[in-house]
Amino acid sequence: MAYEGDEILESVTNKEYEFGFVTDIESDKAAPGLTEDTIRLISKKKEEPEWLLNWRLEAFAIWQKMTEPTWAHVHYTKPDFQAISYYSAPKKKVQLNSLDELDPELRKTMDKLGISLEEQKRLKGVAVDFVMDSVSVATSFKEKLGELGIIFCSMSDAVKEHPELVKKYMGTVVPRTDNFYAALNSAVFTDGSFCYIPKGVRCPMELSTYFRINEGGTGQFERTLVVADADSYVSYLEGCTAPSRDENQLHAAVVELIAMDNAEIKYSTVQNWYPGDKDGKGGVFNFVTKRGMCGGVNSKISWTQVETGSAITWKYPSCILKGDNSVGEFYSVAVTNNYQQADTGTKMIHLGRNTKSTIISKGISSGKSQNSYRGLVQINKSAENARNFSQCDSLLMTDKCGAHTFPYIEVKNKTAMVEHEATTSKIGEDQLFYCQQRGLDMEQSISMIVNGYAKEVLNKLPMEFAVEAQKLLAISLEGSVG
Amino acid sequence: MLSIKNIHAKIEEKEILRGLSLDVKPGEVHAIMGPNGSGKSTLAAVLAGREDYEVTEGTIQYIGKDVLDMAPEIRAREGMFLAFQYPVEIPGVSNMNFLKAAVGEIRKHNGLEPLSAKDFLKLVAEKSKLVELDGQLANRAVNEGFSGGEKKRNEIFQMAMLAPKLAILDETDSGLDIDALRIVANGVNALRTPERSFIVITHYQRLLEYIVPDFVHVLYKGRIVKSGGKELALELEEKGYDWIKEEVETANA
Repeated sequence: MAYEGDEILESVTNKEYEFGFVTDIESDKAAPGLTEDTIRLISKKKEEPEWLLNWRLEAFAIWQKMTEPTWAHVHYTKPDFQAISYYSAPKKKVQLNSLDELDPELRKTMDKLGISLEEQKRLKGVAVDFVMDSVSVATSFKEKLGELGIIFCSMSDAVKEHPELVKKYMGTVVPRTDNFYAALNSAVFTDGSFCYIPKGVRCPMELSTYFRINEGGTGQFERTLVVADADSYVSYLEGCTAPSRDENQLHAAVVELIAMDNAEIKYSTVQNWYPGDKDGKGGVFNFVTKRGMCGGVNSKISWTQVETGSAITWKYPSCILKGDNSVGEFYSVAVTNNYQQADTGTKMIHLGRNTKSTIISKGISSGKSQNSYRGLVQINKSAENARNFSQCDSLLMTDKCGAHTFPYIEVKNKTAMVEHEATTSKIGEDQLFYCQQRGLDMEQSISMIVNGYAKEVLNKLPMEFAVEAQKLLAISLEGSVG
Repeated sequence: MLSIKNIHAKIEEKEILRGLSLDVKPGEVHAIMGPNGSGKSTLAAVLAGREDYEVTEGTIQYIGKDVLDMAPEIRAREGMFLAFQYPVEIPGVSNMNFLKAAVGEIRKHNGLEPLSAKDFLKLVAEKSKLVELDGQLANRAVNEGFSGGEKKRNEIFQMAMLAPKLAILDETDSGLDIDALRIVANGVNALRTPERSFIVITHYQRLLEYIVPDFVHVLYKGRIVKSGGKELALELEEKGYDWIKEEVETANA
């Protein structure tokens, strides 16, 4: 295909990763390496109680006996876990009484990322927690939420202020033994967000955490725990970016969601970690375990993700549908360009009666990238009348990229109804030409077609995020047709 | 308006247009007829700037500008509109959003302010009536799940919305039943003005009963071999294309 303006496109393809800047801020960074002493150091830095240190050390012992998973359809040089620094914190972090006391460099970072906390406060009614490298640096709206009994704070603060809740729920959905990266995270996690919605409370605003890797040679290991008590509702947003670096940085997070009777959690992610340059150099390794427990009757957990970043993505936000009539949803758009590799999907584990799950996965592959959907739908013996609908679509932008689908379906109850649909298509020259003939340039045409393709998922995002995600899709795919 | 001089165009090394020339003045309606494979749709594609076709010789001037140097979207913004023979489906993109973006780009190119949402909707309501298009269709995804007739009516609706200077209709009558044909033709006729020109590409004379052309040209083997008034279309209907082929072969012999 030789579209007019191919050279222009060529130059736009090389458009640099917008968030690739580094914040020049002094940080308190641990020496590389991972031993029990490293863990003791982290625990000490964070002034943690004894029980948590022991919890970490146990996790470390578990991790040491494990090996890295190799079943994913991705290829990379394994990270050297002894070469990573496991703790990095912006140095000037002192007790902040208000956001005005924030380090000016940090503030600049936030502004560049488009998260002016003040603005967010005034205009959008979104409460934001900002996590840079290993620590949470700012949480907004805390007081107002507090009036409703909602706890929204950094994981470190939660350990100090609400140890009983953390102790009760942490590790119950993703046990330390779950997998290699979850075990690693449990041993060395440094911060993250904690959220508790009390009984009968509908959280009046979106809760949002912004994750940022800044320091070189570090990994980011955060943990997020969201607990929605009976009859409550919360919508939670998560955004991620990192500087452009030649090295591969490791991000191994754990997210646990717990929904009790009649509770609903909506968890949305726009993941834009640095994907590496156009030759595949650098980029974040995103090895993340996300799982939700629909523990109560009529509970609902909904995962929505727009994944455009990371060199390697290994991520399967899942739902355990334990409560009767509980509902699990997974809506995903995963974009890969250049040399990115993504192996992502979900697991829906049906245990309760009349449980329902929906999976909508839209993969978009461009450049020389590889994009895989991997999903498991498991209907267990106890799950009478379980329902699942899965739809996995792949859109190819070039003929050098790959799209793969690995759906696993296990049904152990005859009353189950499981539907699976899958399509693969190449972005049509006819579609592009049609758009151009109506006056849209190549970039606008691609953006329009791709956003149309991903619409079912984008529609599930909260408004402010949806706009951001649409722009992100367009940027990630600029000049990518070939 | 449009001046095509000795155009040669090929696709994948196969020459389809071989020295085609045509002049179109403002307000004129030119019908291009011809047997299958004579190059009718290639002409439409070359005019609109489809890059699969390589122009190897000749020039095309449109409103005083060299078209061959223009990207397809620039031609569109300069007022050239192609009603596709096979309108493309764009899932998930509503007809409204699609048109809003198109109208916006064309207005911007011509130094006009964007239309307000209210004026845009007013325009939609007005123009959709032209082709008796159900209001529902406007909110559905572009051509997705449309019947053949709805797709063609949608093309004419888009044409009305974008108000081109030159409209090229590529076999707009193909696959239409007589009622749909009448609706489409009425829509086109309503858009005829002393300034706006049309190139109507068709295989059959039937459409030309409704859209009466000023000139009829017969395309054969990539060249216009015969031109005349609207009565030429009738003659072709009656006698088929064979006598033209014979004439050409005799002349070449």
